[in-house]
Amino acid sequence: MNTKLIKIASVAILSSVIAACSSQTTNDIAEVPLRATGDMGVVIERATGQVQIINHTHQEVLAEIDGLGDLSHASIVYSRDQRYAYVFGRDGGLTKIDILKDKIAKRVMQSGNSIGGAISQDGKLVAVSNYTPGGVKVFNSETLELVATIDSSILTTKPKNKDGSPVRSKVVGLVDAPNNKFVFSLFDSNEIWVADFSDIEKSKTLKFAPKLTKFTDIGLFPYDALMSPDGRYYIAGLFGEDGMALLDLWHIEKGVKRILPNYGKGEQKLPVYKMPHLEGWAIAGDYAFMPAVGQHKVLVVNTKTWQQVTEIPAHSQPIFVMAQPDNRQIWVNFAYPDNNTIQIFNTETFELVKTLTPGPAVLHMEFTPRGEHVWMSVRDSNEIQIYDTKTQTLQKTLKSSSPSGIFFTNRAHQIGL
Amino acid sequence: MSYLKITLSCLVMATHLLSLTFVTEVVAVNVISSEDELPQARKDQLTHIVQQDCGSCHGMTLKGGLGPALLPENLEGKPVLFLQHTILYGRTGTAMPPWKTLLTEQEALWISQQLKAGKIAKP
Repeated sequence: MNTKLIKIASVAILSSVIAACSSQTTNDIAEVPLRATGDMGVVIERATGQVQIINHTHQEVLAEIDGLGDLSHASIVYSRDQRYAYVFGRDGGLTKIDILKDKIAKRVMQSGNSIGGAISQDGKLVAVSNYTPGGVKVFNSETLELVATIDSSILTTKPKNKDGSPVRSKVVGLVDAPNNKFVFSLFDSNEIWVADFSDIEKSKTLKFAPKLTKFTDIGLFPYDALMSPDGRYYIAGLFGEDGMALLDLWHIEKGVKRILPNYGKGEQKLPVYKMPHLEGWAIAGDYAFMPAVGQHKVLVVNTKTWQQVTEIPAHSQPIFVMAQPDNRQIWVNFAYPDNNTIQIFNTETFELVKTLTPGPAVLHMEFTPRGEHVWMSVRDSNEIQIYDTKTQTLQKTLKSSSPSGIFFTNRAHQIGL
Repeated sequence: MSYLKITLSCLVMATHLLSLTFVTEVVAVNVISSEDELPQARKDQLTHIVQQDCGSCHGMTLKGGLGPALLPENLEGKPVLFLQHTILYGRTGTAMPPWKTLLTEQEALWISQQLKAGKIAKP
């Protein structure tokens, strides 16, 4: 009786499993279209702790994901297969999003307060720069298990934290560099550090202590930094003084050099209501374009001599100075209270091409990989605006809740992004 | 409206320049008038500015960032007048800019009071 029942039951189970399998296969083909990720991106919705997954060919929102914590300052790097987006949140949350499946794959709270991150050359490590406690934490990109903790310099002049631990310098401007290195700046202790993870394969345990090279007295208050697209030059902007700090990673023995030391000399510093961001590399020919600090100007620098070529008068304090992928024009947004405006300049003549007023609080811009369009987040009108770069005209608007950073997956294959 | 605001802030600045001892009196007047005179629409705007724009350094939840945290427990021992002065005149040697051309004394005072009372941070 019992055996009979079991037999019947197992036949029933078996046939239903077979049926399920075959219907699954048909369903997969019929209902789930293949989705390549090369023309996708993720938009931060800063006020609601959500992100939107978008497609920039069809200019549409594919999905919205929530539960990412405090995204009031957030940035993203991509896995090299362009499937996973690593979101660095303000509250120390590190979230790995599967943009194929529109869901969170993993999430860890790795510090109290963080500012950004980077992914290693081999794609196996994700590093996060932290304000509290100050330092860098490095994770296995697959599992998000902790691989290394790099504590930043102790600030001896500051009173200790409530828990008795020392206050350490905030870390900014973290980028990846060739040979599995990470480079970052220490805001409060005026340093640039290089962390070398190239020997990590030799490590027998999960934990690894990278080789650190430290450069001190690089200039007052480095606030952010960028890497040249070839991974050679690391440049930190200085808030506490005029000028920038340059590290040539091909000749690390030469140390950090100060460039543009006198760009604001003799002029009254204007108030800076938001720190400029140095992201990517606005470069055209031999010229690089950088935001001045406390001056309503874009600085033009010769990348062979590192001397200032000229300065372009701008509408207000520049935040992002970004070159189109073809480098023909730079697009600039501005700090509060002038953040409703965008200016576009010609990189050959330095002339103003157009001034746009997309709306209240234009926070970020992202170009499509070959630059025919630029997407802009307009925070206070809750929209993403898509412009044609050639005509600088609005093409389409998408709804988004307090959008800030826009990150397309082609970043996966760019050094320093 | 904006002309009025500019005139007002110029007056306020002039008062400041005259003597620091007057500051307390000016502020004292504002303490009485702040609740009465700031329209709700402006208060909403100011709350938005603090969360979003002050938030770019202090964090949208005011738990800190490049700038220090501004929750009531972080502001213990810092009087409202000190906060108001910091907002209006900034802090030399730090990234805190002066907001006096964008905010009136009364507005800076209202923000300081809200911060002390923990009424601005998003939950």
